Amino acid sequence: MQVNGQFQPTIVAFCCNWCSYAGADLSGTNRLQYPANVKIIRIPCSCRLNPMFILRAFQRGADGVILCGCHPGDCHYTTGNYYARRRMTLLFNMLEFLGIERDRTRVEWVSAAEGAKFAATMNEFVETITRLGENKRLEDLRCKSK
Amino acid sequence: MQRIGVFVCWCGSNIAATVDVEAVAEALSHEAGVVFSTNYQYMCSQAGQELIQNAIHEHKLTGVVICSCSPRMHENTFRKTCERAGINPYMVEIANIREQCSWIHKDKAVGTEKAIILGRAAIAKVLLNAPLTAGTSPVVKRALVIGGGIAGIQTALDIADAGFPVDIVEKEPTIGGKMTQIDKTFPTLDCAACILTPKMVDAAQNENIKIYSYSQVEAVKGFVGNFTVTIRRKARYVDEEKCTGCGLCTEKCPQKKVPNAFNLGLDTRRAIYIPFAQAVPKIATIDADYCTMLKTGKCGVCSKVCTAGAIDYKQQDSFVEEQYGAIVVATGYNPIKLDRFDEFAYSQSPDVVTSLELERLMNAAGPTGGTLLRPSDKTHPHTLVFVQCVGSRCDGGEKGKPYCSKICCMYTAKHAMLIREKYPDTEVYVFYIDVRTPGKNFDEFYRRAVEEYGVHYIKGMVGKVTPQNGKLYVQAADLLGGQQLKIEADMVVLAAAIEPDKSARPLATMLTASMDTNDFFTEAHPKLRPVESPTAGIFLSGACQGPKDIPETVAQAGAAASKVIGLLVKDHLTCNPCVAESNELMCNGCSACEKVCPYGAISYIDKEFRGPNRTTLLRRVAQVNPAVCQGCGACTVACPSGAMDLKGFSNAQIMAEVDAICK
Amino acid sequence: MRDAVETIRRISGVNPLKCMKCGKCTATCPAYDEMEYHPHQFVDMVVNDRLEELMASKGIYHCLSCFACIERCPRNVKPGALVEAVRLAVIRQQDQNHLKPQDIPALLEEALPQQAITSALRKYRR
Repeated sequence: MQVNGQFQPTIVAFCCNWCSYAGADLSGTNRLQYPANVKIIRIPCSCRLNPMFILRAFQRGADGVILCGCHPGDCHYTTGNYYARRRMTLLFNMLEFLGIERDRTRVEWVSAAEGAKFAATMNEFVETITRLGENKRLEDLRCKSK
Repeated sequence: MQRIGVFVCWCGSNIAATVDVEAVAEALSHEAGVVFSTNYQYMCSQAGQELIQNAIHEHKLTGVVICSCSPRMHENTFRKTCERAGINPYMVEIANIREQCSWIHKDKAVGTEKAIILGRAAIAKVLLNAPLTAGTSPVVKRALVIGGGIAGIQTALDIADAGFPVDIVEKEPTIGGKMTQIDKTFPTLDCAACILTPKMVDAAQNENIKIYSYSQVEAVKGFVGNFTVTIRRKARYVDEEKCTGCGLCTEKCPQKKVPNAFNLGLDTRRAIYIPFAQAVPKIATIDADYCTMLKTGKCGVCSKVCTAGAIDYKQQDSFVEEQYGAIVVATGYNPIKLDRFDEFAYSQSPDVVTSLELERLMNAAGPTGGTLLRPSDKTHPHTLVFVQCVGSRCDGGEKGKPYCSKICCMYTAKHAMLIREKYPDTEVYVFYIDVRTPGKNFDEFYRRAVEEYGVHYIKGMVGKVTPQNGKLYVQAADLLGGQQLKIEADMVVLAAAIEPDKSARPLATMLTASMDTNDFFTEAHPKLRPVESPTAGIFLSGACQGPKDIPETVAQAGAAASKVIGLLVKDHLTCNPCVAESNELMCNGCSACEKVCPYGAISYIDKEFRGPNRTTLLRRVAQVNPAVCQGCGACTVACPSGAMDLKGFSNAQIMAEVDAICK
Repeated sequence: MRDAVETIRRISGVNPLKCMKCGKCTATCPAYDEMEYHPHQFVDMVVNDRLEELMASKGIYHCLSCFACIERCPRNVKPGALVEAVRLAVIRQQDQNHLKPQDIPALLEEALPQQAITSALRKYRR
């Protein structure tokens, strides 16, 4: 999205309810700043993330998508993040094949205690996406409102 | 058609300072489906909740969006509010505009814009919400306590008193934990054994308590109210039923050179041993690493002297499987290893000891019979130097632990006081960074050490300890006196930082209970839910949650017990209604979902469907057991035909959120 | 003066605010007796904007750069690195500290090993 002639990326962050969403809350509780471009969607577990959601986000004009889950081995549902890791590996491979830069998609493990890591990750991710510029390749122009 | 109400909370100035709440309420009122939109100072207050309820009645709302703090904070509060007003509690969605908006942004325009988008996403989601009804699951009325230290014992006793059976799993041959090794307790200076051993005996004699000593948790399955735990009973090569604890074998065993772990290696014991006289259960254990019989097959002295015939060299580890409704973690702590702090010469001189070792050196049942003697030459020390904060309050990582170990200031004051009292000719120096004595009668205790017992408290740190000619040369800073001190000491005592027991990390993985970066268990809420883990049915007791002294540990143990009792008195628990659901018409029976389900909640049935031309078709379709499903959603992604969906987080709902955010 | 403190922080890469004033650096310092300001005071002076006094002191040249304080500091404050940074700050001052080579011997303390020798020992001892 262009705001006052400046590129403001739209970033969708999927956070698992048990670790990363709590980690995001913690970075808020600690008042650790990160850009407002990041909008968080709460999902019960990283394995709930259907690859379709990421494709949809890109289709609707998101410039970057990040998935945050519990650290491997710490999943609330025991194995969910392992599924997510495999699925995302495949999906990101496919996206790269389609010409979506690998840096536009990311998986990061953030525990409920890692508020600082969450904020740092988001700062870095927004910076990366801002550098990459607007997502054009997967955007469905029919979805554009104006 | 849904009728949505939007309620924007100021949270005092927490939200209102960086988000223009009125603008948010105004912007969201134009969204499709929204029939009412307002803002209020404290939505969670009594008046705020009444505001919501009145609006529900007045505007016949079918769904509610609340823009406020994190749903982890007040989702339940608002769900109950709406339930009281007569709409399904799962017709509520929270837009997190505090933790994830107002608190992380400084610019009001930016914050307001983001809050509107988050509100839109919540509205988009709630439009697709469906009323959900929670099912119930039965509660197994039995609790498990992992760890048999003072925390575990107290928790078990309290639960047992309420009439529920409790099992204690302890990895050592006896319960009692660290407190058994401590000589005296602060601030009253009463002997630790005198107050602990009666509790150990109580636990052993209580008919509701079962102690699995020399055992550990091997696997945990299930969920709150219904855990299945496998306990490994390590082979102790002694029949627990037959051993009378007479101790004859521990005197006759020819293998005498085993470092005595109970005395922290300051003396030796036999290969077959009872850790200490008051051990519970008082049963001998063979140390397989040192037993000649087990290693070479030639000895068998203990089996010859045992009149009860309890020795069994062929014993194997055995496994017990048991059902529990609640699990309490009480795995405790250990002092850190000091190999990174060799400036204090811990590895170079036996006269440099840790505080826990000093406890043993001063204990009547310890290696010196209670007389304080230097480990190197068994002479009386005349000058003692205590070093505080060894490995505590460091920068983290390589340097040591970033937290304050909390108990060291007090036990050092205790040691200094006891030594000055027993041996008035001894000079005692305590090097401190800060003396931290918050607690009832704690500061008075420390002041007594200074004022009545003449302990030299010096603000500063020890830089270096050099052992030379049987002496320890201590180089230290006296910051208030503005000098560098060089003290010739006989003994140096290090207040080593404490860390969670090593068994805690694998246990946390088994329990899916979260831990912080220091491997302390995380509590569900740092202030309001301090003894519960975020994982339902897991409770925390004692130092596994953070450094604690004995009174605090006992208090927390009681608190954890009351939470467990509160759970066990219930016959049924309300389940999470956000579970997976299979659309039978779309399901092709491929089994993909069954394979990814971590709980085995999915089964298949053959069901008759109407086929073409009035025929019936028998088709294999998936069915989810809602009592077992925990709602992770792994199956929804695995399903190739899109038949599986998760209630409360359905594909359509998340897509709607994505659309609202990317608009 | 804030700028100067910022410069010191930048040169040394150290955050002196991490100091918890335990004094382990001072306890460790082998050149303690020679220095008018001791390592922990050093950190404190940088924090409290007393940089001018520090830059004017002779003590900064008595530091051996043995880095014992850096090794031992529990908080990674690195007093030794701060001393180095202050020395650099002195050198970088314009028109104030252009030493002539012939002046140097008079400035050296006889009883102390030269900084270069200490540094060499540190570098080649392994």
